[in-house]
Amino acid sequence: MNNVIPALEVRDITKRFPGVLANDHISFTLLPGEIHAFLGENGAGKSTLMNILYGLYAPDEGQIFINGEAVTIRNPSDAIARGLGMVHQEYALVDTLTVTENIILGTELQKNLLIDRKRAHQEVERLSQEYGLIVPPDSLVGDLPVGVQQRVEILKALYRRVNMLILDEPTAVLTPQEADDLFRVMRELADQGKSIIFITHKLREVLAVADRITVLRRGKVVGSANPHESTERSLAAMMVGREVVLQVEKGPAHPGEVVLEVEGLAALDDRGVQVLNDVSLEVRAGEVLGIAGVQGNGQTELVQAITGLQPASHGKVRLKGQDITALEPRQITAKGVAYIPEDRKGTGLVLDYTIAENMVLSTYYKPPFTQGLTLKEEAISEHADELIETFDVRTPSQLTAAGSLSGGNQQKIIVAREFSRDNVLLIASQPTRGIDVGSIEFIHKSIIAQRDAGVAVLLVSAELDEVLSLADRVAVMYHGSIVATLPAAEATRERVGLLMAGVQQEETTNG
Amino acid sequence: MADPHDAKDHRDPDQHPQDVVEQPAAPSDPTVPATKGVLRSIRWGELLVPILAIFTAILVGAVIVFLSAPAEKGSRLHVTWEAFKGLFIGAFGNWAEPSTIPNALSGTLVESTPYILAGLAVALGFKAGLFNIGAEGQLLIGALTAVSIGVWLPGWIGVESLPAIIHLPLAVLGGFVGGGLWGAIPGYLRAKTGAHEVITTIMLNYIALRLIDYMIVSGPMKDPAGSAPRTPFVQGPAILPQFVGVVRDPSLTGGNTYQPLIATTSSTWDLRVHAGLLIALLAVVFVWWLLNRTPKGFEIKTVGANPQAARYAGMSIVSTTVLTMTLSGGLAGLAGAGQVLGLEHNMKSVFSGGLGFDSIAIALLAKSNPIAIIPAALFWGALRQGAGAMQIRSGISINLINIIQALVIIFVAADQIVRWIYRIRREQGGQMVFTRGWGK
Repeated sequence: MNNVIPALEVRDITKRFPGVLANDHISFTLLPGEIHAFLGENGAGKSTLMNILYGLYAPDEGQIFINGEAVTIRNPSDAIARGLGMVHQEYALVDTLTVTENIILGTELQKNLLIDRKRAHQEVERLSQEYGLIVPPDSLVGDLPVGVQQRVEILKALYRRVNMLILDEPTAVLTPQEADDLFRVMRELADQGKSIIFITHKLREVLAVADRITVLRRGKVVGSANPHESTERSLAAMMVGREVVLQVEKGPAHPGEVVLEVEGLAALDDRGVQVLNDVSLEVRAGEVLGIAGVQGNGQTELVQAITGLQPASHGKVRLKGQDITALEPRQITAKGVAYIPEDRKGTGLVLDYTIAENMVLSTYYKPPFTQGLTLKEEAISEHADELIETFDVRTPSQLTAAGSLSGGNQQKIIVAREFSRDNVLLIASQPTRGIDVGSIEFIHKSIIAQRDAGVAVLLVSAELDEVLSLADRVAVMYHGSIVATLPAAEATRERVGLLMAGVQQEETTNG
Repeated sequence: MADPHDAKDHRDPDQHPQDVVEQPAAPSDPTVPATKGVLRSIRWGELLVPILAIFTAILVGAVIVFLSAPAEKGSRLHVTWEAFKGLFIGAFGNWAEPSTIPNALSGTLVESTPYILAGLAVALGFKAGLFNIGAEGQLLIGALTAVSIGVWLPGWIGVESLPAIIHLPLAVLGGFVGGGLWGAIPGYLRAKTGAHEVITTIMLNYIALRLIDYMIVSGPMKDPAGSAPRTPFVQGPAILPQFVGVVRDPSLTGGNTYQPLIATTSSTWDLRVHAGLLIALLAVVFVWWLLNRTPKGFEIKTVGANPQAARYAGMSIVSTTVLTMTLSGGLAGLAGAGQVLGLEHNMKSVFSGGLGFDSIAIALLAKSNPIAIIPAALFWGALRQGAGAMQIRSGISINLINIIQALVIIFVAADQIVRWIYRIRREQGGQMVFTRGWGK
């Protein structure tokens, strides 16, 4: 391998942002036909590095070589012209155009001033077959599932004749089966000589598909690994810088009385489309009900209907037998419902506010924070100090604006605030999305501690691993309905994955 | 995340420094008194932009004066110097002739008084994320209700006159209620129907303007004894008295006696500045207290900073919006009441001259900080007060003052208005939104 000229070589790339060294002398090579995984926590510098390669940022220092030749990549078109394509987490597709139209968009072949649709069609079919990327060329992109849309994105890059492809967290929105399909495609592409940079924070995926692994931490390359000689444990330790506990420690649940009862709940989304159909579920004291499902299958609306943020169009929500369907969020909170919202920055926090202010966001009006007409700074301040200590929020001071903390610490503010009340029900929606492993561990432990203290927990997560490791029972949502509820012992990755994809399997219930 | 083998926790709590804040920062220092500023007030660094804006505007204004200087008044440089000297003398008095100082300063304070109240009104709206362009209309309605009570309340209840201790507070309160109602309407429409307050307040400005035209020019409130269209004079007990002044002949004020707090016969000490200034300063203290020390203020700020988080935290966006617009309108109404009860003592059909609109600039200049409203309003008042002397000494047009004011707004607000309208947050450096796709 030593004699092969790398398809891409990066030497000593350094990029500074005000106050942050985002990339610190990063060097690596990408060989032809190689799948090279980049592993790192949020904020480790992966995105910055990829944006430099794709011409979105200029590096402060360092050089990039493509096929042995030093290059300067000025913008994305430049990157594509040099054979480097990228599939972002959010796709850049036009829903109202067909697959073929989307693929040729911007590089239309012309014949007598008209788009040569026939040739475009042939070209797309040829690429599709060559790499095993099966797409319906004449369907509207908006009608396709996310996994197929992703294939269209990859085809778009291939159509532009790239030989290097950056895939940025490509499995975030896929079911496990769709992810496996993607891995097969990646392998096919690599076998045909394309090089792939695969960015992820999921250890299992890296071991499944990568030829080589580079681990980033705080802007630096902290190590390389060979997947055959690595385990999830060793990779996690390298990524975080210490040993981490991957499995959540928890004893058996001791379910008590029914705390939350949802009956025939239906809801509409912002556009008036029905996105929640006849959902019924029960959560008992002392158990975790995990809701698995690909994002956008009604989980958001379910949680908003329970918490009173969006009215349900039908159905009932009962808390300890009391109807709370039509109550305001404040009344529901007052009945002992804690809620970690999925959108940390947009809903859970006021980023301009101090940590202390955020920690009383829902209790500021009650004693001891308000007495008579005025807010009591001292009580608010003591409360903040106490929670910062208990929940291990890493901050220079309680007066720091929440927006300047890392995602993990922001999430701890929310967890601290919600857990500091007396709760009977905890609703945790994507509680660990995009945060560091240390904070994930902490939050998982806190959730289990709440369960063990007799709180009923409803956990909603798009991370199947999170649901499987925390939940005592797993409910799977698909197209706005709960398609199955399984005890944890029967909820295998395979089985839940199929349910998430909408495959019903009455005959194969031998989990 | 599915390693089933090892469930031991090797973590040493002192040994995982990986999740600290993104910017380098010292660890929490327990010796720092933590209570101070939990609810922040002034951030001094923010003063820089407005001060630089004023400086730049005056500089550009000087260039314009220089270029437009009339030839017969001497060299351009001389005229420019005289113009700004005039502006200063007009606003703060000629310090070579100390007898001119009280009058000039009093004039500046008189000009500033409505700006403080109306600026506060707009600033309070900004705090809740509301753009109250309707301060002008609210101010007009507040003046109308205040003057009505000041003129006719005793008659309505069938007495000759009321004691000042009753009549004056009722007249002032009338101004607050009138403006408050005029503000509550767009507040309610916004909260319940989503109708944008920018549109509804502009429309209510027109309605207020025409309503006043009707009432005063041809309608029931016109004083039959007046030659110009105006209401009758308010009764003596309902005025906001001058602090120091000469008692005027009652025949000049519709037979009413207006008693200053300290009567004098010296024209040097016949100062127009009136008790409305106290109301304005009290209002500043109240709004500061409301925003920084009360749960309602916390709600107003939270709704303004992040309505989604406010709703999640159980705050009512509807009631906060209505309350804020009512208070905002009430403050603008007080500005109108101050003008009729303290300065003009009647209401003319041409009344405000855009006070309510200038107050938007004042709120921006003060960055919506209630305390900073005072210097911003004083600056505005000084420009207004000094404009006359500027014109006299240099011969340049008074419109140049308006140009300087406009320049200040541009330099301050270009930044602020844009940020506000698009809700762009500051201090999130390093992250940008990039175009997606393939760059073609």
